[in-house]
Amino acid sequence: MSQYVLRRLLIAVPSLLGISLVLYIVLALAPGDPFSELATNPNVPPEVAAALRAKFGLDDPIYLRYLHWLAAMVQGDWGFSFVSRMNVDTLILQRLPTTLYVIGSAQILALLIAIPVGVFAATRPYSIFDQIANTFAFIGFSLPTFFTGLLFILVFSITLDWLPFVYSSDIKATGIRWLFEQVRQAIMPVMVLGLFQAASMTRFVRSAMLDVIRLDYVTTARAKGLGQPRVIVKHAMRNAMIPVVTLVALQMPAVFGGAIVTEQIFRIPGIGSLLISSILSNDTPVVMAVTFVFACLVVLFNLIADILYGWLDPRISFR
Amino acid sequence: MLDTELRTMIDEVKDGRMDRRGFIQRMLAFGLTAPMATQILAIGGVAMAEGPSVYKPTKRGGGGALKLLWWQGPTLLNPHFATGTKDQDGSRLFYEPLACWDPDGNMKLVLAAEIPSLQNGGLSADGMSVIWKLKPGVKWHDGKPFTADDVVFNWEYARDPTTATVTIGIHRDITVEKVDDLTVRIKFKKPTPFWADAFVGAPGSIIPKHLFGDYKGAKSREAPNNLSPVGTGPYKFVEFKPGDVIRGELNPDYHMPNRPHFDTIEMKGGGDAVSAARAVIQTGEYDFGWNIQVEDDVLLRLEKGGKGKTVYAVGGDTEFIALNFTDPNTEVDGERSSMKTKHPLLSDPAVRKALSMLVDREAVKKVIYGRAGRVTPNFLNGPEKFVSKNTSWEFSIEKAAKLLDDAGWKPGADGIREKDGKKLKLLYQTAINGPRQKTQAIVKQACQKAGIDVELKSVVASVFFSSDVANPDTYAKFYADLEMFQIPMSQPDPAQHMRRYHSRNVATKENKWQGVNFPRWVNKDYDAAIDGAEAETDLVKRAALYIKANDIMMQDIVFIPVMHRLKVEACANTLRPVVSGWANETDNLFDWYREATG
Repeated sequence: MSQYVLRRLLIAVPSLLGISLVLYIVLALAPGDPFSELATNPNVPPEVAAALRAKFGLDDPIYLRYLHWLAAMVQGDWGFSFVSRMNVDTLILQRLPTTLYVIGSAQILALLIAIPVGVFAATRPYSIFDQIANTFAFIGFSLPTFFTGLLFILVFSITLDWLPFVYSSDIKATGIRWLFEQVRQAIMPVMVLGLFQAASMTRFVRSAMLDVIRLDYVTTARAKGLGQPRVIVKHAMRNAMIPVVTLVALQMPAVFGGAIVTEQIFRIPGIGSLLISSILSNDTPVVMAVTFVFACLVVLFNLIADILYGWLDPRISFR
Repeated sequence: MLDTELRTMIDEVKDGRMDRRGFIQRMLAFGLTAPMATQILAIGGVAMAEGPSVYKPTKRGGGGALKLLWWQGPTLLNPHFATGTKDQDGSRLFYEPLACWDPDGNMKLVLAAEIPSLQNGGLSADGMSVIWKLKPGVKWHDGKPFTADDVVFNWEYARDPTTATVTIGIHRDITVEKVDDLTVRIKFKKPTPFWADAFVGAPGSIIPKHLFGDYKGAKSREAPNNLSPVGTGPYKFVEFKPGDVIRGELNPDYHMPNRPHFDTIEMKGGGDAVSAARAVIQTGEYDFGWNIQVEDDVLLRLEKGGKGKTVYAVGGDTEFIALNFTDPNTEVDGERSSMKTKHPLLSDPAVRKALSMLVDREAVKKVIYGRAGRVTPNFLNGPEKFVSKNTSWEFSIEKAAKLLDDAGWKPGADGIREKDGKKLKLLYQTAINGPRQKTQAIVKQACQKAGIDVELKSVVASVFFSSDVANPDTYAKFYADLEMFQIPMSQPDPAQHMRRYHSRNVATKENKWQGVNFPRWVNKDYDAAIDGAEAETDLVKRAALYIKANDIMMQDIVFIPVMHRLKVEACANTLRPVVSGWANETDNLFDWYREATG
């Protein structure tokens, strides 16, 4: 298996190189530049703006800039943000905990809802429970997060005045109070994201489960006289989880990448809002780093999913 | 009135034969307002009086937490690198200049001990130098004394091209020298009537030599204190996360008595203007929201029964429509809007005049800007002493139509006017922004009624305002007939602002469109007025020259002023902020306090 993993990792190198090249070219060709504000600032003479461009290498040809970037990245130098003149890795690490906490909680919430509801609905297809679950799932993934987010703010912050709608990345309280505040301010974004994810995942778990539950080996298990819970959990669910693992694994990079819309609405200082503000200010090194990390995560979690397949279904071998 | 009469009176005040109050009362009799009279005194060479302070608390601290909401969060905390006002605002929480600007455009002392004037010997009569005396006993947050060396260092730091500061333009053409530990002298290369540029206001904030001394030039980015400021300000630095939050706490050694009022300060960034207004005005989660560019009826709705209100500051920002004097549709030597061309339609003064009559400024104010705008016939709208009284405007579709008729622009079969086979079709571009696009619609409608076909275009702001040479949609390239936006006026003096339209600053391919005269307008009288004003040390004459420059501009219709825009801020009912239209929002932060009862 270690050979398999090694081979997969080696294959990943050229694809990551290709991804980074495409990203770099797209960013370099995108309109706008990081010093746009200097152009309207009367204190900055045009030649200074030009000197700054030259200093940050913006006037070099694209291939040269790409090679510089690549060489630095290989040595672990992520470059620095044009806008905050801070190292990109510091900037990302600063945002990461918040993103993991909020988006991660939302994913866990989604799984906690989706798996039991999906499995239960599949064991009793077209029952009242199944129909209610389906209805909610459809409503859930039909409503975009920017709509539910605003709705939650209007109801819970403005009308009821229960929850704050501006997320604070560090709360000054300590102990229990700190924990309470952390949870309180995360409720709305976690609910908005979690429910949205749960809705689509529930549908997925249900259909995967339905496919498996009708197979002969499940009937055999029942015929052996095993109890229903044991049949479902031990026999059916294990196989039904294979496609679900794919879905969850491919969503993991999104956990690190943040949820751009939700982070904007609730002012959560996460990776998503960093990405969007960097894109708006044409802060190329930050955009490049965030999207590249994102690409690495996709490759990594694909590999993890493949390994999990083998564990869930030994017939899938590592070759 | 009356140049001579006024001058005699100013002299009488100078000599003490007439007191200030007497002077102001006589000015009132001439129909001037009191602030205007004070301004006249100030420009007449009578020492500038510091504006009265509104600060009430009688002890330091006790104000609790001050929570500020900036919907674009500051991304760096070095005033010399601040690319936008948001960064200047953030740096200004900790760093201080020698003086700042109050809401009336008067100078207010911060680190300086007195305002330089002719009387106290601070200003030289020839306008070639300024002497600043520093406040004694001021300490940096780490306990080191603040001295003239720090001021001189900031000049050396900023003017070094390898440091790559954005304040280089302020410092490049001056010389700063230490006279003694608490005195510095700034020398100019030519007579400089507006001497309060370097070290004044948010961009003039001073950083400590002992922490940045080793990081001048190419190493500037490596300074550890770029991210953790050690300043002289009312609040000490606690924490900074770029784009997200800045935290500070009360500075117990602050050099102004009884200040600051608040025990802690927090500046949160991110989000958008509407929800920022909501968090301050409606729910009261924050005390102050910056730059609330929201339509007035939304604000009025939020204010009903809310915990906050909007406050306004008057500056000199003018939203305008610029007219292209060159032809954007003909390429000469690979360049569109080339100086070698003339605009086929807009070079006709009648067309320009008609267009100006078709902009219904009253309607734009009523429908869009509300309390945040003032109708104006001028390009230069402040400070008061520089505002022309000779201009006027009117909105009349009939008169515009008649003007075009008389000039030979006759309606064709499709209702669009034409002359010599040229149709009156114009492309009108702006940056994407709700109020701007609504204004476009209002103007287009009026033009249609007068037989002018206007095509609207809007470009995303990050492209429109960029200096990207490769992009055809930047405002500087101006590949359209009309374009609308505003250029912020960042100091209470028009020199910097008006200099832009001097003919030597025309944006062309040759200067990579870095020139700032984007209408590509050339007028010898204007150039003469600007050159005259820049060398004129007699401040009354200088003001007259800027007024003349504005009038030439308005006569030629280079710009059609749409609205004199005010700064709009959201503010908790109990908070007493001091916000100046001539300075950054945080420039007067030391004077902010909270009223005990709303």
